[in-house]
Amino acid sequence: MTAPRTLYEKLWDSHVVAELPGGDSLLYIDRHIVHEVSSPQAFVAMRESGRKLRRPETHLGVADHAVPTRTRGGEIPDPQARAQVAELEGNVAEFGVPYADLTGPEQGIVHVIGPETGFTLPGTTIVCGDSHTTTHGAFGALAFGIGASEQGTVMAVQALPQSKARRMKVELVGRRHPLIDAKDIALALIAKIGAHGAVGHAVEYVGNAIAGMAMSERMTLCNMTIEAGSRMGLVAPDEVTFAYLKGRRLAPRGAQWEAATAYWRTLASDPGAAYDEVVIIDLAGIEPQVSWGTSPDQTLPIGALVPSPALIADPSERRETEKALAYMGLQAGQPLSSVAIDHVFIGSCTNGRIEDLRAAARVAEGRKVAAGVRAIVVPGSAATRALAEAEGLDRVFRDAGFEWRFAGCSMCVAMNEDRLAPGERCASTSNRNFEGRQGPGGRTHIMSPAMAAAAAVSGHLADVRDFA
Amino acid sequence: MPNQPFVTVTGSAAAMREENIDTDIIFPARFLLITARADLGEYAFHDRRFDADGNEVQGFVLNSEQFREAPVLVAGANFGSGSSREQAVWALLGRGTRAVVSSSFGEIFYSNCLRNGIVPILLPKEDIAVLMDAAESGAVFTADLEALELRVEGQPPRRFEIPPERRMAMLKGWDETDQIVNQFGADIDAFEQRQRKAQPWLYQKEQDT
Ligand code: SF4
Repeated sequence: MTAPRTLYEKLWDSHVVAELPGGDSLLYIDRHIVHEVSSPQAFVAMRESGRKLRRPETHLGVADHAVPTRTRGGEIPDPQARAQVAELEGNVAEFGVPYADLTGPEQGIVHVIGPETGFTLPGTTIVCGDSHTTTHGAFGALAFGIGASEQGTVMAVQALPQSKARRMKVELVGRRHPLIDAKDIALALIAKIGAHGAVGHAVEYVGNAIAGMAMSERMTLCNMTIEAGSRMGLVAPDEVTFAYLKGRRLAPRGAQWEAATAYWRTLASDPGAAYDEVVIIDLAGIEPQVSWGTSPDQTLPIGALVPSPALIADPSERRETEKALAYMGLQAGQPLSSVAIDHVFIGSCTNGRIEDLRAAARVAEGRKVAAGVRAIVVPGSAATRALAEAEGLDRVFRDAGFEWRFAGCSMCVAMNEDRLAPGERCASTSNRNFEGRQGPGGRTHIMSPAMAAAAAVSGHLADVRDFA
Repeated sequence: MPNQPFVTVTGSAAAMREENIDTDIIFPARFLLITARADLGEYAFHDRRFDADGNEVQGFVLNSEQFREAPVLVAGANFGSGSSREQAVWALLGRGTRAVVSSSFGEIFYSNCLRNGIVPILLPKEDIAVLMDAAESGAVFTADLEALELRVEGQPPRRFEIPPERRMAMLKGWDETDQIVNQFGADIDAFEQRQRKAQPWLYQKEQDT
């Protein structure tokens, strides 16, 4: 009898190549996703050291961060972005890495196309030079972000030294209001435990609510896990996972599929497995969330008032609040629902999937983007965009006055032409409200897709429940 | 790429009395379009150091004469949270930072530091407050990787921990990939053979047959 193990421990144990003298382990890496922004230096290191990729077919390249989303095909207007995409294309060709072409049907944000192509599979280890690699944990994969130096190591040896994380269980109990989204749950969790509440932990989401969640919602939860400080979010693979993956281009088929799913079923945490931390979230108590500050844990229900520093006893928290309010241009005590916005961004690896677009479209349908507000919808992938168009969602958005864009990271990261001007305020479905994240001096409020659509048609932060 | 070996760094320390200094603050995303990794120091804390017109912001610690060259940073909790961008570390290195002290770090940032010759020193919150006062009064800091000690003028030395393999690699300036190839090449081969048997679907180049 072996002791009961968690999903995390099973994934860990099945990838240990060797134990290292200091207590770390050398972990085998099954999959690596490569985007244009974080990979150039890793390829330079490979070239300079004369190394080859150990298993080129275990990598997948795509351009997403710097690419323009207004048009697709033809020359990229920004010379730096053009050079960066060209460098990626040169690198994948030289090193034999499979590539999702910028104008092809599989292009999209790394964390959207990994699952869509079946590159992301349960039971694997997945890395990417990107912190939101946590997303892929929704499939029961050990997936985490790494730096460029580590990418070089993975390319050459297919392994990485890692320290074992502590285990945190987040248990979702109770029933949620039908308009409460996985994004609201994620934000409420982060507000509760703090932006570094899960540092050093692998977070596993469990509970009945998880069983009933589509993959898109599980991905939103795992995606946002890094915003609580954890490198890894996890959900045990189940029938929902298998139904999502079946038939995807890179998913196993036939007898292999049967063998794979039989193995994947064994990955769930054993009854009685121990965790270092347990957090319980009662979904019944969760209201639509919106961030007011410059850290994702500076989040409140939409019905709340902007915090008043004068009422905060802890001096460091008071200072942080004052700093955030000054940057965000908000008044202490002002109702959040009175905050007027200039921009709306619906997209990103957190909320750029078809289910997210449908949720936003339900609110937008038959309404108009408020005067003076600029709203853009940026699908997470070319495939999502095509599906949305087949469902007529592009029409709904366009009729309401939204711009309908091509796939990419867009205004989540402002490395492309989509960015806020200093002082502009955005209702955004992305994951980070950091200073300058959407452009220098830009002000970001993060929220669910339906909440962002509600803000777009209202001209200010708004409660989606008023649009039911 | 081999790094320069690291043993100790001695000098002034800049105190940043703020929590959650994320990698977007350390290295704003728009500069990620630069693909070189040299000369990124001028972009470190760019939007804190310069206003919209490109003038230096008075009052930002790294703009003061006294701390402009400080090789040590003491910062509030959750330093380096957010993105995985190694540029944040390269930029710090480029401006001469060799040690960062905080009560918690973004994990990817932490591991990026270790791979680039910056010592991330993790100490309890109470110590950070004391160290910030010392830094502002101009005390000389010594981060000693050999002894795993942070020594500050006028204070008892403080122990810190660094993962042993990474500490060795930093002290010697070893390259991680070479180390793995030399020590564990055979183990990786053996692992792949086992995994190929147990999970053959992970070894198929294309699934559609
Ligand atoms: S959408 Fe935003 S968070 Fe996601 S990969 Fe792109 S830049 Fe990163």
